[in-house]
Amino acid sequence: MTVPHPLAPELRLVNGRDLAWLIASLLIVIAPHATRAPWWLTVLTLTLYLWRAAGLARREALPSRWLLLAVAATAVLGVWLEYRTIFGRTPGIVLLVLFSGLKLLETRNHRDATVLAFLCFFLMMTNFLYSQTIPTAAAMCLALVVITATLVGFNAPQRAARASLRTAGLLLAHAVPAALVLFLLFPRVQGPLWGLPQDAYAGISGLSDTMAPGNLAQLALSDAIAFRAEFSGQPPARRALYWRGPVLWDFDGRTWRMGPSTLGDLAPPEGTRRYSYAVVLEPHNRNWLFALETAVTLPESARFLSDGQIIARGLVRQRIRYQLESVTDAAPDPRETRGALRRALALPEGLNPRARALAAGWRSGAADDGEVLAHALEYLQRERFVYTLEPPLLGTHSVDEFLFVTRAGFCEIFAAAFVFLMRAAGVPARVVTGYQGGDLNPVDRQITVRQSDAHAWAEVFIAGRGWLRVDPTAAAVPGRIDGGLARAVQQGSALPLLLRADLEWLRAMRYNWEAMAHQWNLWVLGYNPERQRELMSYFGMQSADWRSLSAALFSVLGVFTALLLVWSLRQYLRPDPVQKAWHAFCGKLGAKGVARAPHEGPRDYSERAASLLPAAGDPIRRIAALYIALRYGPEAPRERVAELRRLVRAFRPA
Amino acid sequence: MLRHRRVYIVPTRLGWFFGATLAILLIGSINYALSLGFALTFLLAGAGIAGMVHTARNLAQLAVSAGRAEPVFAGEPAQFRVHLASAAPFERPAILVRHLASGAQLVTDVPAAGGAEVVLGVPAARRGWQRLGRVMLETRFPLGLFRAWSYVEPDCRCLVYPRPERSALPQLSPDPTEGAMRAHAPGNDDFSGLRAYQLSDSPRHVAWKAFARVGDMLTKQFTGEAAAELWLDWTRLPAALGPEERLSRLAGWVLAAERAGARYGLRLPGVELPLERGDAHRAACLQALALHEAP
Repeated sequence: MTVPHPLAPELRLVNGRDLAWLIASLLIVIAPHATRAPWWLTVLTLTLYLWRAAGLARREALPSRWLLLAVAATAVLGVWLEYRTIFGRTPGIVLLVLFSGLKLLETRNHRDATVLAFLCFFLMMTNFLYSQTIPTAAAMCLALVVITATLVGFNAPQRAARASLRTAGLLLAHAVPAALVLFLLFPRVQGPLWGLPQDAYAGISGLSDTMAPGNLAQLALSDAIAFRAEFSGQPPARRALYWRGPVLWDFDGRTWRMGPSTLGDLAPPEGTRRYSYAVVLEPHNRNWLFALETAVTLPESARFLSDGQIIARGLVRQRIRYQLESVTDAAPDPRETRGALRRALALPEGLNPRARALAAGWRSGAADDGEVLAHALEYLQRERFVYTLEPPLLGTHSVDEFLFVTRAGFCEIFAAAFVFLMRAAGVPARVVTGYQGGDLNPVDRQITVRQSDAHAWAEVFIAGRGWLRVDPTAAAVPGRIDGGLARAVQQGSALPLLLRADLEWLRAMRYNWEAMAHQWNLWVLGYNPERQRELMSYFGMQSADWRSLSAALFSVLGVFTALLLVWSLRQYLRPDPVQKAWHAFCGKLGAKGVARAPHEGPRDYSERAASLLPAAGDPIRRIAALYIALRYGPEAPRERVAELRRLVRAFRPA
Repeated sequence: MLRHRRVYIVPTRLGWFFGATLAILLIGSINYALSLGFALTFLLAGAGIAGMVHTARNLAQLAVSAGRAEPVFAGEPAQFRVHLASAAPFERPAILVRHLASGAQLVTDVPAAGGAEVVLGVPAARRGWQRLGRVMLETRFPLGLFRAWSYVEPDCRCLVYPRPERSALPQLSPDPTEGAMRAHAPGNDDFSGLRAYQLSDSPRHVAWKAFARVGDMLTKQFTGEAAAELWLDWTRLPAALGPEERLSRLAGWVLAAERAGARYGLRLPGVELPLERGDAHRAACLQALALHEAP
């Protein structure tokens, strides 16, 4: 016989409490999206939620499907007008937010409501595309508790909301061990499985392969972390922390470019100050890796370019960690190809005549390239250049204007002008970009390098010695390298908040927080196939392929489920102590031939036993009376249970 | 008291849907290399597993016993009381108790270390003893992703009286032995005295004047009522009637005779209940009718 099933979700209507929980879940999960979505879409979504709540409160029928379709079409049009597409990542996600409101408006029963709760999981997941920080994780844990409690509430309509929350907490607490095992043992595959949308890595900041006046100064306003380095011993002094990045060779009069580069072999240079360290590099959507000058080893699966850059196999789109060794007092390699030297002398014709004249003056009065270099450095120190994050705009003859008119600039302008002068004087030179310095976090001894540490310097080739690093910024404004950006730039100008000297306590807090965030990045966010292999080999699993991982995974999960089952039925495995004592007593009498018949209650049985074993009559009656009082009487103190057990243990029928 | 041995458990449609959701979340996590995505997916998977265990636990070791079922007439629903007792220290919400044969069902919550009772109204079609039969316990608590169920067959039966036929009592007959109704004393409505009021007395017979005077409810008694006697006899019924129809008519007469306040006896083949009245007698007569040559 078929009758409506009272537990079937499609037959149980959503009531006010269910809806309140559902809306609370939705609000938590759409909150982070609301900060990125266009304001009108957030308002529209919230209006749809309110509409549904008001409809339930006034017992109105749900709006017609046509009306909802019209709202959906309008919203899609709005999204298209906003983004000029509806297929990108961000438009897709904001549409998902909107559809949560539309779905809510046609949610009638618990099945629809559960589907909507599942939609919350997708909204949580899409938020991770933008942020995976500790606060995000905490907010999502809260969301998970609320969503789970919502589901529990659907399935136990008679219970109080607090009971649902308690059950949800218990369920999630039980889920944690399984989740941990899955997280560690689930065979990880390196993504992506398919092509990512065009805008997937928009908004990642970092150095680029070109340098025009103003690029680096913009970057230097950002507090964002470029990478962290962890030295196994004492880190080098701040002034030695030159983190080498892209090397720029080609100049078109305004912009410096990396140009074509050739692979080379790393010839480990000699040096006495050797440092071993690990770098955790934030994704920057480029393929270069940063290394302390001068690297003597290469990270695993990285390549070396002939101009000293270290290149990863692909674009760095996830946080990666690599191990390196460098020496800070390396002796340069005196060899260089003719082509490279020719390239390091090329300059566009007809630009910066005054700078060329200045360089020609140095050349004519110098015996060799070394003397030209000395002239140049002396010039930089003598002339009073100003170091500023907001350099005046430069025109066509940018080097001339900087050297003779504005005389104020950021490191990129210093480096570009210096390399131009060197080339004009016939000394091969190139621009090197990267980072200089970094903050030593006293909490975890990590060096944090931010975008604000972005720097550009020069290298000149001196015949017989090789490429020498020359930092024109250091020569002109010595404070920049020793004291960092904050000391070099005049007080009161725009500086990132954390570089301001008057906020020491804020820095201390930031250090602690960043130390924690670093561990988070390393162990939670950075847990990738390589880390998994490392961890497994630590546990003695030599070849952590998917077969052995799955086997380990399923066995651990099986054990976990069994443990959970044992836990849930624990009270049956551990019987009532009163019953246990009574069974022991019956067993002892049974051994004397007075077994209890199934129909016999404790009183009849004890009377029969006492008459058959008159010698033990007293203890039998006492035990039976105590048992009856404990089993059928009101709640008894613990000592009486203990007394029963003691009596039974001491009971020895003759 | 009965404890079911097996608890069956399968995912519900929503459970499968949840699994599909997890698969999509997992693929998304792999594709975008989202560590927190993995964490979310695996936490949800763990919650699913824990939910399965909790669903099974919600039914495990639940003791089912059947209470007394009051007799009913055929055609009425038999009210079976099913008692669920839990010794466990946790609550067991939303347990469906469903009578398989009839589909009668109720949802109840069983408190921690307590019990709950549901009354299943099972239609009783035939007279005689009706057994409760198989009962299914089902739950989807806490997440609705799994459905656990179990079968019990509590030892419980309900007496079903024959469906009473509404028909007039047989006429009074001058011959007391012939059978139907004989007046002991002349006159049905002769006032014979007052007795204490009982709840079943008709308000028309209450001595309202006496009540107004002394404040005690008294009932006027009439000699004719008390004295009627009646034999309800199987063999006296028209020969054309089949056995079930005879039982139906006799049951109707038992009710009518009791209502009329008569003393009545019942004669069935092989059974004779002496002249008597009152609820116990009525019940005995109806039981005799219900179980007459019962299969």
